[in-house]
Amino acid sequence: MTATTRNRFILVGALLVAGAGLAFLAFGNLGQNLVYYWTPGEMLAQGERAYHATIRLGGIVQKNSIQWDAGHTKLTFRVADGKEADAKSVMVMCDQVPPQMFREDIGVVVEGSFSEMKVFNAQRLMVNHSNEYKPPSGGEKHDWKKGLAESDPVGNK
Amino acid sequence: MISSLGQALIWGAGTAAAFGALVGLVGGVARVERLYAWPRRAAYAFFALMFAANLSMVYALVTHDFSVKYVAQVGSRATPTIFTIVSLWSALEGSILWWGAILGTYLLAYSIANRNDHPRAVALSTGTVLAVGLFFSFLIAGPANPFLPVSPVPGDGPGPNPLLQNHILMVIHPPMLYLGYVGMVVPFGIALSALIRGEMGEAWIVSLRRWTLIPFTFLSVGIILGSWWAYAVLGWGGYWAWDPVENASFLPWLTATAFVHSLMVVERKRTLRLWTVALCLASFILTLIGTFMTRSGIFNSVHSFSQSDIGPTLLAFIAIVLAVSVVLLAARGHLLLAEPGSHQFPPASRESSILINNLLFTGITFVVLVGTLFPPLTEAIKGARISVGEPYFNKMAVPLGVAVLFLMGVGPSLPWGAADRATFRRNFLAPAIAGLLVVTGCFAAGVRSGWALVTFALAGFAGFVTLRELLLPGLTRMNEHKEPVWTALWNSAVRARRRFGGYIVHVGVITIFVAIAASSTGKQHATGTVATGQELTLGPYHLKYLGAENGEDPHRTWTAARGHVTGNGIDEDILPRMNFYKTRTEPIPSPAVITRPAEDFYVSLIAFDNGGKTASFNLWIFPLVGWIWWSIPTLVVGCLIALWPQKKRPAEAVAPGAAPAGGELKPGAA
Repeated sequence: MTATTRNRFILVGALLVAGAGLAFLAFGNLGQNLVYYWTPGEMLAQGERAYHATIRLGGIVQKNSIQWDAGHTKLTFRVADGKEADAKSVMVMCDQVPPQMFREDIGVVVEGSFSEMKVFNAQRLMVNHSNEYKPPSGGEKHDWKKGLAESDPVGNK
Repeated sequence: MISSLGQALIWGAGTAAAFGALVGLVGGVARVERLYAWPRRAAYAFFALMFAANLSMVYALVTHDFSVKYVAQVGSRATPTIFTIVSLWSALEGSILWWGAILGTYLLAYSIANRNDHPRAVALSTGTVLAVGLFFSFLIAGPANPFLPVSPVPGDGPGPNPLLQNHILMVIHPPMLYLGYVGMVVPFGIALSALIRGEMGEAWIVSLRRWTLIPFTFLSVGIILGSWWAYAVLGWGGYWAWDPVENASFLPWLTATAFVHSLMVVERKRTLRLWTVALCLASFILTLIGTFMTRSGIFNSVHSFSQSDIGPTLLAFIAIVLAVSVVLLAARGHLLLAEPGSHQFPPASRESSILINNLLFTGITFVVLVGTLFPPLTEAIKGARISVGEPYFNKMAVPLGVAVLFLMGVGPSLPWGAADRATFRRNFLAPAIAGLLVVTGCFAAGVRSGWALVTFALAGFAGFVTLRELLLPGLTRMNEHKEPVWTALWNSAVRARRRFGGYIVHVGVITIFVAIAASSTGKQHATGTVATGQELTLGPYHLKYLGAENGEDPHRTWTAARGHVTGNGIDEDILPRMNFYKTRTEPIPSPAVITRPAEDFYVSLIAFDNGGKTASFNLWIFPLVGWIWWSIPTLVVGCLIALWPQKKRPAEAVAPGAAPAGGELKPGAA
């Protein structure tokens, strides 16, 4: 085996190790930084697995659930699967000023995490009211998934 | 009328492309010399017809001819003319049409620049590019046809997407990005031609370098302008979010950057040729994947416009291009392998540092590609909707990016071939001290973020090396030839334009690194609701809310919060706004930004209450953020210097391997 051949083997070996290491790191990190797109019902169905994951929760702001404390910038409301009174819903807490369009019965997307206290702590709040948005009629399920990314202030570019 | 005219022009362009691709590829492969001139003529025809088709669409837009489908989709009588013209690329069909026009322009420039050179090589590369042109003509004539007639003819249209008519940057950013994106097809054609012929002469390298640097320059400018637009228009207080559409533009830039560097090793050392060709093919394929990601509707964003039918067609085309590339690499690649004995990479040498640079860039490409494609693949396979969060990209890409910054100091300090110990010490001591001084200064000034300190230290190190490489040849001349400073600098630059231009680009890139590190680790944020006359405070700044104002433009109404900012030497009114477009229910913000060299004070209006008696704001301070976009002129000047044709000088001391061959270096190629 000549020196050149040996060097080439070492080089290729080092490359393979580096590539495998990078792939390992990438997929490991990927798994820890996934953001799940769920409705309240879907999230609750996940049980304990939903705790502490990053979640983008989409749904409708439930009637009579908004409490806004302007002095301390504390906003709480319930996000529900739909407008029916018995729809699955989750309490959301958020220390942000509600955006201009925020109100009852509107589609919202909140990003944050869910805890054992059954409270969703949101870091981001987006009103999901694109021009394609139509209020769901009858028993039709609100198609928040379609508007989910559209209302994303980041994806909105 | 415009409908049938436009469609006829597209069919004509498609026919010209089909003919040119056929004669170019068949004639080139079979070496039929009398066919070599025809692809060029077909390219001229393709350009003329595509250009005319675009003009007819602009005419239809400006005259509000709502009988044309695309005009009915994006036109509106209320839209200002400038945005009406711009709406040519503001939705799916128009943007593909415009893609065709840019492809035609590149073909025209390439054909004119190379009309007298290497007929077989140029016939093959022109034929390849025309084959791509054929595909896009097919796309325009079929799944993305903007010229379809509409009946009954509507009286008015909805106007373009409000986000795209909210800022003048939208007029410049897309053309730049397109010029960068579409331009990658020319190096693809050149590389494919080289693979088919199985040879890689000097002329090939010069031509490939030039035709990659041109789109590379546009792509760099386009990406930075895009981030500026996001910052100035969207009001969420950031400029980069690892959004799929941002990644789509970043991916080919990464491989093109790796390519620009590895080409130097090809010139000097006659090795890495196959690798360099692969990078070139990858850049083009990544632009196609990016087009697919932004135009097929698999990601929802303004860039993807609407669900469209072009997805499967594009996917099929990507598969074909990928298959052709892999087959050609496998079948012809051995012809481009390094000459025996040239495979030496001494550990401490310029060529090794470039090799590592290439591995880093490939690594970043891999990381970003995985993060971008993982969600749609998961959805396709498992049906679950997920996305990959920003922390993934930051955790993976930041260390690799910092390593790139480190290499920007190491590479230029190392000579080609093995470096001896004395050279090593001489070249590294001063820059290392510069880096240490910078980091000490930053620490004393109160910077505590680890990544920021590492970045600033390496920026000091790499910055010192870059300035030394820029100025040292001039200073040497000053001493040896007794020339005045500027003459000496000018002469040293003219003698080695590529080297000089390259280092100027490095200056811009180091500036961007510093600006990103400072603005992302040193930002401050506050949010709050105030009544008229009350103040919000962030850092040294005080924002006093003076009251709400309303206004009306032809295409929108707006509500603004007049505020007065004091502190840090500033005493001025600002007017962050919310714009209401009649076609869109939610308001589009216009943040107010007070820009100073050291930092930006950024105010975004969130909401009004009680008819404007109270208003809620988001406030941010971003240190040094403006330097990201202010680096654009440095990058462009550097690229232009590097692109500027070198006079024929057979005994060129700077690039012995790159003696100009044929007419490839003629001016006017750009």
